[in-house]
Amino acid sequence: MRIERRQNQPKALLIVAPMLAVLAALSLAGILIALAGVPVLAAYKSLFVGAFGSKFAITETLTRATPLIVTGLAAAVAFRARIWNIGAEGQFYMGALLATVFGFQNFLGLPSFALIPALFLAGALAGMVMLVIPLGLRLRFGVDEVVTTLLLNFVVLLFVSMMLDGPMKDPLAFGWPQSVPIVDEGLLPKIIERTRLHLGLIIAIAAAVLIYVINAFTVFGLEAKAAGFNPAAAKFAGVPFQMTLIKVACLSGGLAGLAGAIEVMGVKGQLSNDLSASFGYTGIVVAMLASLNPIGVIFAAIFTAMMFVGAESMSRSFGIPSFIADVVVSLSLLTMLVAIFFSNYRIRK
Amino acid sequence: MSEPVVLHLDSVTKRFGSFAANDNISITLHRGEVVALLGENGAGKTTLMNILFGHYVPDEGEVYINGSKIAQGKPKEAIAAGVGMVHQHFSLAKNLTVLENVMTGTEPLLGWKSDTAKGRQKLRALEQKFGLSVDADARVGDLSVGEQQRVEILKALYNDARILILDEPTGVLTQQEAEGLFQTLRVMAQDGLSIIFISHKLNEVMKGADRVVVLRAGKVIAERATSQTSKEELAELMVGRRVERPVREASTPGAVVVRARDVVVQAGAVTRLSGISFDIRAGETLGIVGVSGNGQAALCDLVAGVVPADSGAFEIDGHPVAQLTPRDLSGMNVGRTPEDRNTQGAVGELTLWENAVLERISDPRFSRQGFLRKAPARAYCQALIERFDVRGGTPNSRISLLSGGNMQKLILGRSLVQRPVFLLAAQPTRGLDEGAIAAIHEDILAARKGGTAVLLVSEDLDEVISLSDRIMAIHAGQLSPAVDAQGVDARQLGLMMAGEWGGMR
Repeated sequence: MRIERRQNQPKALLIVAPMLAVLAALSLAGILIALAGVPVLAAYKSLFVGAFGSKFAITETLTRATPLIVTGLAAAVAFRARIWNIGAEGQFYMGALLATVFGFQNFLGLPSFALIPALFLAGALAGMVMLVIPLGLRLRFGVDEVVTTLLLNFVVLLFVSMMLDGPMKDPLAFGWPQSVPIVDEGLLPKIIERTRLHLGLIIAIAAAVLIYVINAFTVFGLEAKAAGFNPAAAKFAGVPFQMTLIKVACLSGGLAGLAGAIEVMGVKGQLSNDLSASFGYTGIVVAMLASLNPIGVIFAAIFTAMMFVGAESMSRSFGIPSFIADVVVSLSLLTMLVAIFFSNYRIRK
Repeated sequence: MSEPVVLHLDSVTKRFGSFAANDNISITLHRGEVVALLGENGAGKTTLMNILFGHYVPDEGEVYINGSKIAQGKPKEAIAAGVGMVHQHFSLAKNLTVLENVMTGTEPLLGWKSDTAKGRQKLRALEQKFGLSVDADARVGDLSVGEQQRVEILKALYNDARILILDEPTGVLTQQEAEGLFQTLRVMAQDGLSIIFISHKLNEVMKGADRVVVLRAGKVIAERATSQTSKEELAELMVGRRVERPVREASTPGAVVVRARDVVVQAGAVTRLSGISFDIRAGETLGIVGVSGNGQAALCDLVAGVVPADSGAFEIDGHPVAQLTPRDLSGMNVGRTPEDRNTQGAVGELTLWENAVLERISDPRFSRQGFLRKAPARAYCQALIERFDVRGGTPNSRISLLSGGNMQKLILGRSLVQRPVFLLAAQPTRGLDEGAIAAIHEDILAARKGGTAVLLVSEDLDEVISLSDRIMAIHAGQLSPAVDAQGVDARQLGLMMAGEWGGMR
């Protein structure tokens, strides 16, 4: 028996492989649930009902998926060009921070239709800067961006805490570390009244489509892939190597920053240091689950959000710790890596 | 020789597929002797060394060390029997110190702690005995290449090697370092060690070895004592009398298309090309021969517009290349085929059509306002596939699925399809089989006939002789005077490749 590379990847595998991976992950996590003495199928049913069983549940799941779609795209765009952006979490917070600063000041007294795009732009710019700097260090001095982007996350978190305890502190918050709220004109409208689901979901899906178009149909998308996979060949073919990577970094960092702006403007309305439930890091998992496919990112994000939202209700019904969601998501990542391997290779006797 | 035989290869044959890299090779090595293994690239030298050291298992034949047969395919046994190998590309851990590198593998894996004091003592003794001074506590990554090689040698000696194998030891060294190395080898031989080194440089073989074994196409062609041979004889033995192939037809070259004057290219502090000058006319092929690593890569990068000249003038079709990007060159109809198809020629993860158009992606045929025009690009690729007989893939398959020959045909095809004014063909047939070579030679000859100026850079002398009008050799970043390809003999080219063109000027 030996393993050999497939000549061509069957298209069906693009859909089937992630499905099988998720199924395998759920089965493996099922063992843990069974060990806790809970009927597995009933537990999963309650998870599913908790995530999709009612209008409210669905909107909660989609609200949770929104930032994950955008941070997932940030990771997918960067990884496709072999820029290892582990700093989406920091870029997310910097985006949220800048959007909040301009959002509670609203210097110009802008109306909603102008203020919202302006805050998006501010968030995206903050994220861009946070990734272009590490990339510049890599291009100029060969500093590994895995290290710099990862460590910048902690710098940013501390910076956010400092701002929340200092210049941005809300005097009416009874000492809680949260910022002055964004003015009403800067908040995202709800898609469905009396739920938390906001315009951000539409923006996120539009972003995924946009990235798909860039990847599949533009010169830049082709050049980014070439520059990422084989710098020497890309340079030989005349791809403007550094500029291409810088553009990719702007796109990736910009998306992560935008995710922060969307989350703060859509859900909380003010900055706090628990704004992100590790959305930056989970975005990496989402991107990998989607094999870096931007449309796949939408579904991977919804799946991941479903696990987290549903696990809370499962935990309420059966007393299983909601950490099972982390377990399932982590297992999915592992099984997905196996699935990716087998969609590139096959076993021959 | 009266000294006892320490190493004996008995009728060793090693095949890769149907290709015999080593064909019935027998070699003996005596105690205290330095033997050079001389041959061109691909003659089978490195394969032979890997068999000796136990990396490869020969298909036939045996290896005896001190009279006893060693188990094949087990480097550990070879080490235990006293064989030490210094690889062409060092196998040292750059983040460890010299001492740590030397001691690696000599101590039990699960030992409580490593006995550095003892190791240091042994290392110092070896350093003194053979005059190989290095700082035992320096990080290997901080050492010069010559010093790293000394560490490799010390590592072998530390393992109590009595037979030392060096694979192209001077390939990475400066002249002075190389001389120092051969002095060291002498001292070791006097101490009773036996040494085999691989080389394709005539000078160092004559200087460094007692005896030379010449390999060609996997066979032992001749054995000579260095005292009873000459550089000229060795050059001819190494290159061989060649079978005449069908060659280019005579033609009258046109105007000068490519002009280089005193071009210098530096990489960091290293001078890669030191003041080279040449002209290539329309309808003419200039062949560049040379042992790899003598500046070919820099020459190709210069011509391809990837690396700028540090000084001097370099023009293609009247345009100074310094101001042009690779894309400008493609736009000017310059065909560029890089030395290494896998690193520079193609992006393996992209499809055939993406690779076919990448260098001319801004051409309005293939993109409009930043958007790809996939249908014309695929059609263009399909046309290349048909015209240049690329087999094994469609425009939509990943290029890494193609065999080397077919990938090369596509890369050469994309350079040739527009009837270029100038074609760079660097190592166009390296690693290809005869069929693919013939097809590619035909394409290059057709381009020349159509009025293209061709720069052919190759290590294959047959290829250069049959395709070129004039031939220059590159050695240590310098170009020899050009010789007419008509009537040139292998001996002369061999000497030119060794940098021995002093009398020609």
